Amino acid sequence: MTVADFAFFCFAILMLVAGAFTVVSRNPVHSVLWLILTFLSAAGLFVLLGAEFVAMLLVIVYVGAVMVLFLFVVMMLDVDFAELKAGMAKYLPFGLLIGVVLILQLAIAFGDWHSAEGAEALRRSVTPDLAETHNTAAIGRIMYDDYLLLFQVAGLILLVSMIGAITLTLRHRADVKRQNVLKQMYRNPEDAFEMKDIKPGQGL
Amino acid sequence: MVGLEHYLTVAAALFVIGIFGLFLNRKNVIIILMSIEMILLSVNINLVAFSSFMGDLTGQIFTMLVLTVAAAEAAIGLAILVSFFRNRGTIDVEDVNVMKG
Repeated sequence: MTVADFAFFCFAILMLVAGAFTVVSRNPVHSVLWLILTFLSAAGLFVLLGAEFVAMLLVIVYVGAVMVLFLFVVMMLDVDFAELKAGMAKYLPFGLLIGVVLILQLAIAFGDWHSAEGAEALRRSVTPDLAETHNTAAIGRIMYDDYLLLFQVAGLILLVSMIGAITLTLRHRADVKRQNVLKQMYRNPEDAFEMKDIKPGQGL
Repeated sequence: MVGLEHYLTVAAALFVIGIFGLFLNRKNVIIILMSIEMILLSVNINLVAFSSFMGDLTGQIFTMLVLTVAAAEAAIGLAILVSFFRNRGTIDVEDVNVMKG
């Protein structure tokens, strides 16, 4: 067994254990932390597969952004999680049944699986030799000319989701003081203050 | 020697864990969203494994697109969750019946 194989088994077992704990853990904060471990192990698997760019993307986008968002929401919402966990034992047998059925279906597909004939010839963008270019450079070259439209559409999806998330969560609170810029600009100095001539020893 | 089959097996196992999580946490939307993220991750592992063993980079481009959509979905899902919690004070899926006739 080479070092790469050993690393594969370490990452794979770690990923599956962390995934299982994500699902069964009682505290949602622990769930998020286990999910972070799942994604980090998956990034390790991607590095083993030679897809460094996607692996780093997984670490930065998922662990850095999405998981922090999850953590933020879990901690912001004041929910009684014990009550939500109450029905877990009730759903366990059904979940296990569905899981076993899915495993059997995947095993059936796995038993009779083979590549199509001439699959090598049908490759759209062949991976260049590692000595020539890096994974990141090769992906960039493909993404910005062959898949430019898909790239733009992905950006558009992100824009739409950003606008959607902001519109969904934005609310106007009536009891908060706000700055009214127009009111400030149209304010007349004469209305705002007056001069008083105060006699000595009298006060206002 | 670790081959394509090993990666496919791991991805299939993660997929099943994700589906199992959907059924196990029927009430808690946050865990359901996390399970969906895990299912999408297993799809990504499949795509990258095939891309690597076939020597075709298209799979990795697809992985990035799946990643984009998953991130957008998580953001929208959590935004809906936050506004639902503001209105109802709970995140129990079984209480989501405002639209019921």
